[in-house]
Amino acid sequence: MQQAPFEEPLAARLPGSPALAKGGGGKLPDSGGEEVPDKVELRGLSLWYGTKRALHDISMRIPRNRITALIGPSGCGKSTLLRCINRMNDLVEDVRIEGEVLLEGEDIHDPDLDVNALRARVGMVFQKSNPFPKSVYENVAYGPRIHGARKRAVLDEIVERSLKGAALWEEVKDRLHESALRLSGGQQQRLCIARALAVEPEVILFDEPCSALDPVATGKIEDLMRELRSEYTMVIVTHNMQQASRVSDFTAFLYMGTLVEHSPTRELFTRPREARTEDYISGRFG
Amino acid sequence: MRNSDPGRLRPDRRRKRSGDRLGAVFIRLSAGAMAVNLLMVLGLLVLIGVKGLGVFWPRSLVEIRLKDGSRIWGAVVERETVRDIDPGRTEEEGGRNGRRGFRIRVRVANRDLEGEEFLWVPEEEIAGIRVREDLVRVERAEWGDFLGRFLRLEAGGKKVTDSWGGFRKALDARDSVGPRTDEGRKEAWKAVFEVAGGETVEIPWEGILDAIRPNRMGFLEKCGFYGNRFFDFLVSEPRSSNTEGGIFPAIFGTVLMVFLMTIFVTPFGVLAAIYLREYAKDGPFVRILRIAINNLAGVPSIVFGIFGLGFFVYTLGGRIDSLFFPDRLPEPTFGTGGILWASLTLALLTVPVVIVATEEGLAAVPKSVRHGSLALGATKLETIWNVVLPGAAPGILTGVILAISRAAGEVAPLMIVGMVKMAPDLPLDGEFPFLHPERKFMHLGFHIFDLGFQSPDVEATKPLVYATTLVLVVLVLVMNLGAIALRNRLRKRNATSSV
Ligand SMILES: Nc1ncnc2c1ncn2[C@@H]1O[C@H](COP(=O)(O)OP(=O)(O)OP(=O)(O)O)[C@@H](O)[C@H]1O
Ligand SMILES: [Mg+2]
Repeated sequence: MQQAPFEEPLAARLPGSPALAKGGGGKLPDSGGEEVPDKVELRGLSLWYGTKRALHDISMRIPRNRITALIGPSGCGKSTLLRCINRMNDLVEDVRIEGEVLLEGEDIHDPDLDVNALRARVGMVFQKSNPFPKSVYENVAYGPRIHGARKRAVLDEIVERSLKGAALWEEVKDRLHESALRLSGGQQQRLCIARALAVEPEVILFDEPCSALDPVATGKIEDLMRELRSEYTMVIVTHNMQQASRVSDFTAFLYMGTLVEHSPTRELFTRPREARTEDYISGRFG
Repeated sequence: MRNSDPGRLRPDRRRKRSGDRLGAVFIRLSAGAMAVNLLMVLGLLVLIGVKGLGVFWPRSLVEIRLKDGSRIWGAVVERETVRDIDPGRTEEEGGRNGRRGFRIRVRVANRDLEGEEFLWVPEEEIAGIRVREDLVRVERAEWGDFLGRFLRLEAGGKKVTDSWGGFRKALDARDSVGPRTDEGRKEAWKAVFEVAGGETVEIPWEGILDAIRPNRMGFLEKCGFYGNRFFDFLVSEPRSSNTEGGIFPAIFGTVLMVFLMTIFVTPFGVLAAIYLREYAKDGPFVRILRIAINNLAGVPSIVFGIFGLGFFVYTLGGRIDSLFFPDRLPEPTFGTGGILWASLTLALLTVPVVIVATEEGLAAVPKSVRHGSLALGATKLETIWNVVLPGAAPGILTGVILAISRAAGEVAPLMIVGMVKMAPDLPLDGEFPFLHPERKFMHLGFHIFDLGFQSPDVEATKPLVYATTLVLVVLVLVMNLGAIALRNRLRKRNATSSV
């Protein structure tokens, strides 16, 4: 998992283009105005489920150490797009992908690339929390074990650090060896985040992580995401405009498999460039 | 769906009511079927339980005086109604045909003297019955039990003691030193008894295993005796060609065979199910495979036995013999029935059950959990091994439980692949290499058949049939309960949360 420091993003070497959504720009202007290097870049990505096309030629750049929100009406392809980044779509039968997905400039569809190593670098938190039917400890230690950590002391350390990272430690430190299924829904979701953190990913993908949670638990997860922002690149799919505007730095609006608009969050919500974006965020459809 | 028009509710409601009436009938029908099932099963279990448990209870011995002046000593076993009291004689000969009456069955033992263990006595012929405290039941090494009245103990024709207490003491002294320690003694000891007919009978000292006076025993004493006898039955070897003694080798053989079968069938069935459910692409091939597996479960078990004989015993066993034991040929080592081949045959017989149950178990593991593991960078194999299999464990155990139940009761195929009436050695002993997979073995199911239908005196062994059946049923029950307890513990651990 050791990655060479990110020196020169591939994107930086490409001829620039003003529109963010079209890709290929040098560095993204932050919402604050500073430039941020890319972590992930999608280039002309299209995806078909059988004969049904779910993604249309999507090009976008996901900046590092920032939170990117994906919004759009149900069925527009947000989850599909997210799953492209850690190749979870490989598990779907009869799927065809065109275009490139670059992680730190490397094509993740490279046949030499080990998909399991990729998924260790790009973690994922699902809509419905899915802890393993094991103890809290075993849930968090699962990933490190898979990737070769054996020593008890090392695992203990990772478990504690990950649970603290997911703001769950205080709540579960006395019940580490209880079944994870006895935790509350919000705790389970944070456990899933801790589980993802334990393998020290570079990117974390969240697919509607709060859709089954109450406002308090949602708030906790949003705080958590803001805290993790300094160390991880995050992409979150959400149906909740407030959440997107609260938590994210950039927002991408997808509509029927195409990327309509991708800009700094404040910009997208205050001065949308596209009429469809405006319709959507003002609740006129979707 | 909301229905705003109230008028439209009525026909719906009516339809629902008539459906309910049919439903009620259906419920009664299904409940009735369930009740019948339950009654039959309970009836069977109660019959086996009562008869099987009663075998070792020391019944009180009575003296029956008949109207013709003769007397009978024995234990009353049952009483039944008869139409023809003495069917052998016609009306003119003084027969009493066509009249209802009762007769009792008396266990008179003394098989060597009477020729029969049991006697039917019409109640009309009985002048009186009384309990005699001095009647003795002797367990003998041969000929089964003896009933009589103790007269004296002799050594080389000289009296040793004529009191029951003295006799018991001598017997206890002998047993505490260990059985048959009297070989070195010069004069032969024997016990002299009187039988109902008045004759005296001598029983050699060595031939006496135990002697009791059941009518003198208190309840607790009887319980102790009963426990002892039952324990002996469980842990000792059979005697007099299985009609006496215990059933230990049969219990042992059954348990070991089922155990070996479980060891073979579980990995085999689980691997096959993993292939079918996790790796194979769903298509006509897999569908045909599934149908074939399900049909395999319906093949008569004797066919598996014949296959086991042909494939395991002759082909595999023969090959092993010619490769590893050529010096012993033509005497077969593995080329003949044995516990290994028997358990493999049963494994083959039960593998469909395990496959089907495991597949269900695998299907019950939610996709989301698998994805959780894969998204952490686990390979498919790691995911199956660490997440899917533990989640499917209750299903797998269900399959194993079913397989065990089926295997423990299966007799037919075993008769040709290694089960025998009397095995000289246990398949597991202290002799290297401890487990002897080539040895023949005894089995409770076959033992029941042997006792019930193959013994010279079926009436005499009937109680043992009940007792052995009880043991087999309890054994299966214990194995099942153990597996179910294990499964429930796993279920509890895997229980999906409410959120
Ligand atoms: N495994 C699949 N096989 C076939 N079609 C699929 C599959 N998964 C998604 N689709 C289709 O692809 C399109 C995009 O689906 P996707 O799940 O990405 O939508 P989404 O934006 O995440 O929607 P939602 O907000 O409801 O989660 C939908 O039309 C959906 O029907
Ligand atoms: Mg989705």
